[in-house]
Amino acid sequence: MSTLQRVWASIRGSGPVTNSSSNDPRKYLRNFLLHFRPAEVPERSIGFALTAYLGVASTVLLVMLILSGLMLKFVYEPSATHAYASIVYIGSEVPFGQLLRNLHRWSGYALLVTAFLHLLRVFYTGAFHGPRQFNWIIGLALMALVLLSNFTGYLLPWDQISYWAVTISTSLLDYVPGIGTPLKELILGGPEPGPATLLNFYALHTAILPLSLVFLVLFHFWRIRMAHGIVVRRAPDERLTSPLPMVRTVPHLVTREAAAALLVVAAMLALSMTLDAPLAEQANPGMSPNPTKAPWFFMGIQEILMHLHPLFAALVIPACLLAFLLCLPYLRHDAPATGVWFGSKRGRRTVLAAAIAGCLLTAGGVLLSEAVLSADTASPPTVLRNGLIPFLAIVAVVAGFYAMIKKALDASKSEAVQALFTFLTSAFLTLTLIGTWFRGAGMQLVWPG
Amino acid sequence: MAMQEKKTSRRTFLNALWVGVGALSLAEIGFLISRFLKPREQRFAENTADAVIAAGSVDAFDPGSVTAFVRGKFYLARLDNGGFLALSRTCTHLGCTVPWVDDEKRFVCPCHASAFSINGEVLAPPAPRALDLFDIRIENGQVLVDTGKRTKRVGFEAAQAVYPGRA
Ligand code: HEM
Ligand code: FES
Repeated sequence: MSTLQRVWASIRGSGPVTNSSSNDPRKYLRNFLLHFRPAEVPERSIGFALTAYLGVASTVLLVMLILSGLMLKFVYEPSATHAYASIVYIGSEVPFGQLLRNLHRWSGYALLVTAFLHLLRVFYTGAFHGPRQFNWIIGLALMALVLLSNFTGYLLPWDQISYWAVTISTSLLDYVPGIGTPLKELILGGPEPGPATLLNFYALHTAILPLSLVFLVLFHFWRIRMAHGIVVRRAPDERLTSPLPMVRTVPHLVTREAAAALLVVAAMLALSMTLDAPLAEQANPGMSPNPTKAPWFFMGIQEILMHLHPLFAALVIPACLLAFLLCLPYLRHDAPATGVWFGSKRGRRTVLAAAIAGCLLTAGGVLLSEAVLSADTASPPTVLRNGLIPFLAIVAVVAGFYAMIKKALDASKSEAVQALFTFLTSAFLTLTLIGTWFRGAGMQLVWPG
Repeated sequence: MAMQEKKTSRRTFLNALWVGVGALSLAEIGFLISRFLKPREQRFAENTADAVIAAGSVDAFDPGSVTAFVRGKFYLARLDNGGFLALSRTCTHLGCTVPWVDDEKRFVCPCHASAFSINGEVLAPPAPRALDLFDIRIENGQVLVDTGKRTKRVGFEAAQAVYPGRA
């Protein structure tokens, strides 16, 4: 053996015993993959119709974000005086710099979207029931980390958009009684956004949050193994035959995943070549642009803020929604239908009805509140008139809706909870759309154009 | 039997000890981190020696006028009756900077359309409180504004304005 061959042999190692004695180099890949994947998976778990490969897409986007972010770190300067200039420099002087920046920005937004759609798929296929309850909680933590990563990254260009978006988002904390203002000053490193804020956000965005994400994603995957894989898709009322028909992970699952991954990469590259990441003028604490908007992923909360007292918009409502999401897997479900899209045939109809109702009632509520607001502008909002009373009205509508689904449609508790979730999600998406496209100068309602 | 009980209790005790020691070291690390982050506040804080700003002589401000001071981040408003108010330029809703719109004689926030009168009172929601005030002194016909002293308030009261003759 030549020295080169001996060195190669040492790198290759003796390796695990496999029944393929061939010299096919793919066997190394297979051996590697099988360290954290099972050898076989149920045939019904690998198709697009169950997962839409949204978890895979999220994983790929996370990897792309880490790689492109590491590249950006070589050019970006996290100081209030230099940050903006360094972003301009990336866009104008660095070869492929603008492409890299676009890739990072659009991948970040795309991860928000795929992770959220993945959450919906997990919910509507009943994949959050036991033994996967805790993985739903881990998933929520991942969603929170993805949101925080997008938020902290939003500030880094230090332009007018980012400066004011962070100003109004963090000012929300002032309305949280007691700990709110100290917490805000801790996050900002002072009473208002400044150089310390940029440094804080940079440390969070480039070290603490990505590390936590990677750690938690690995935990997420491990819990999937612990639950003996993901759910098995079945039709409503279908009983699964045992043993389940299985296929080998390599190549059946892995090639599909690789195809999905390549599609995601291609889509992000195509998007980044056609659309530039936004950059306004350098941040100017003396002038808020009109309109100043929160980042689009907080637009739902911003829209609630237009109507309700901030104590309710910023604290009570988000806290209620979070509590609902956290409790979901632990409610006493009377008809947990794991692996069935929307649980049952009736489930599909109630979900559709709930989505439409949520959208229409929200749009109606916004118009109603706008009419009341413009009629009464005399006195400043109070917690009672602009907080508690409208909040109780909303609670009454939501509770009435839940009772109606349960009584009129004779739905099971699981179906009614599913309808409630759909109603709230639809309402939130409607608010996000209104805030993003139907609010113009002075935050007036306008037609998009 | 008695032996076993003793053993279990010793084990429980030692386990509790471990948990306690662990919690203690976590608390220490938390303390270290908070100490570590502390000095940055001073490094980034604005120089407090500049907190008192000489705005100019009393006669330089017409009644019913509003003058912006960029360095101190406030507006000096002179009411129609001659009183002075130093208003924070930060909207009490969510912290945007409110410009004075001279045509309409009111402050209008570009962010969520709150409006404030010349004395800082809310004319249009969603802002819940009047604009914050800074302390004003009038010495030798000069208006001095102390931007280190900020007062939060709900609405306007006559006593908040400072008058040249009476100070
Ligand atoms: C960074 C974000 C996330 C990544 C990278 C990720 C990744 C994955 C992957 C690769 C799978 C395998 C199945 C599939 O591809 O659909 C999976 C399953 C799962 N995920 Fe996520 N996920 C993320 C966020 C979330 C969120 C926000 C939730 C819900 C709150 C969630 C809950 C679950 C659950 C319960 C499963 C098991 C599903 C089943 O058994 O069918 N994950 N995740
Ligand atoms: S920040 Fe001024 S109205 Fe919202």
